[in-house]
Amino acid sequence: MSNVYMKKSTRPKIFTTFFGLVMLFPFVWMITSSLKNSVEAFATPPTLLPKHPTLENYRHAFQAMDIPRLFVNSISVTVICVLLQLLTSALAGFAFARLNFRFKNVIFMLYLATMMIPFQVIIVPLFIEMRQLGLIDSLVGLGLPSVVSAFGVFLMRQAMLAIPRELEEAAILDGASHFRMFFSIALPLCRPTLAALAILASMSVWNSYLWPLVVIFSPEKMTFPLALANLQGEHLTDWPMVMAATTITVIPIAITYLILQKQIAQSFLTAGLKG
Amino acid sequence: MKKKSDGRAAALFIAPSLIPLLAIFVLPMIAAAVISFTSWDLLSPPHWIGLDNFQQLIHDKEFLHSLTNTLLYISGYLPMVYLLGLAAALALNRKFKGSGALRALYFLPVITSWVVVALLWKWILNPSGGLVNSALHTIGIQGPGWWTSKDWSMISVIIPSAWKDLGFVMLLLLAGLQAIPPEYQEAAAIDGASKRQILFKITLPLLTPVTFFVIVISLINNFQVFDQIWVMTAGGPEGSTNVVMGEIVQNSFNYGHMGYASALSMVLFLIIMIVTGVQLRLQKRWVNYE
Repeated sequence: MSNVYMKKSTRPKIFTTFFGLVMLFPFVWMITSSLKNSVEAFATPPTLLPKHPTLENYRHAFQAMDIPRLFVNSISVTVICVLLQLLTSALAGFAFARLNFRFKNVIFMLYLATMMIPFQVIIVPLFIEMRQLGLIDSLVGLGLPSVVSAFGVFLMRQAMLAIPRELEEAAILDGASHFRMFFSIALPLCRPTLAALAILASMSVWNSYLWPLVVIFSPEKMTFPLALANLQGEHLTDWPMVMAATTITVIPIAITYLILQKQIAQSFLTAGLKG
Repeated sequence: MKKKSDGRAAALFIAPSLIPLLAIFVLPMIAAAVISFTSWDLLSPPHWIGLDNFQQLIHDKEFLHSLTNTLLYISGYLPMVYLLGLAAALALNRKFKGSGALRALYFLPVITSWVVVALLWKWILNPSGGLVNSALHTIGIQGPGWWTSKDWSMISVIIPSAWKDLGFVMLLLLAGLQAIPPEYQEAAAIDGASKRQILFKITLPLLTPVTFFVIVISLINNFQVFDQIWVMTAGGPEGSTNVVMGEIVQNSFNYGHMGYASALSMVLFLIIMIVTGVQLRLQKRWVNYE
């Protein structure tokens, strides 16, 4: 960036640094609160760092919810849904970008139209449908709405359109079938888009709250967001314990984010600008 | 070679997504429209009541209240998230030591779940013992009841929402800023334009397509706002943060009014379609450059 006209000013730098700390502070407060005893946590004036750090809240969090179970549920639902979403999206994306068939445009329009249906709008009939199928209060019912994504198909189609035609023609001359072409040429070339879709899909499944709230009742079938929300008491909430529980769930996400930061930002941009 | 039809292969490639898509999105969408003309509690079979649900919702005070609450929420959230996101994007649109880390920091809330964000801020804004009120108390100010008070509950859900989404808005605006050729601003600077003039006469006008895009997706997403509000206030106190989606969830899953809830869903769908339609119409007119 060579924005000469702003070169000398340091004010934006101070502003953004200060504001960056403001942005970060709620996370810092979450962690320090989780390490305080119940007296200090509610103290006035508030203390920034715990005077008598304790892990008691973490012990309570492990008692209040079955954390290993929640990890297993959240991770298995996320991994399976994301893999299926990648596969179904890539397959259809390949067909729309690379194959000739009747009604191609009509079917693709149907996908585009589906992209515009907000999930919130269909939640009532979807619940009724799952009820008919006997999938209420099951991880299958929880995951099913995330195994396909019209947006994913759209994204994969765009990526597959960019594959040079020469590669395809060479493969056809070699006698490769469509499936060979898909697996050995198209998929490897679309790795960046697959990664972007994987990131977006896994965040959306991992963080999902509304659908689990509707479809899951048993604590042993919950995923993290629902279980966390349920930690609140009817009248009184043990906030230091809740902060310990949220810290446990935020730390793995934050570490993943630090590692994949560039790709994550890029995938949001891809979604934003193409969607 | 190109013209031959690959019908059979195409069917195999498309079926794995088309069949679930029809079952999970298309069929429920049609069902929502049909159910909205019925009265159905799931216990007895649905019966057709024509437009009754829609006639009822026009006079339903709770629904109208949830609609105005949603608009109120958006009118607080959108300017806040846009202006702060713009400020962050303008300030971070240069490389300096730590600018990458700061961008990452601003983006951290974006990847955090709404439930965590809501719990975190609920604790920070806890009326007694929460960080904000304890700090205010220390300097002799009696803090408000935040999410427990019907006058402060709306701002209590707006602040966390803007905090979470700010990084996303910043990211889009940064991409927009970086698409502006620096020569424009340099040329203006050489001609003696002040920084303020460059900002208002060159940078911001060239940013209108991205701004427009940010506004449209914010509207589409936030007409459906639910998670953070449900966790923080469950629509309360006294319905002061009850939004349209909360009304749909309550009517369907608490009261068992599937028909009425579907009618409310159709209204929500209509609103979102109008926003999308306006976007499609105005898009061409708004784009200043490519």
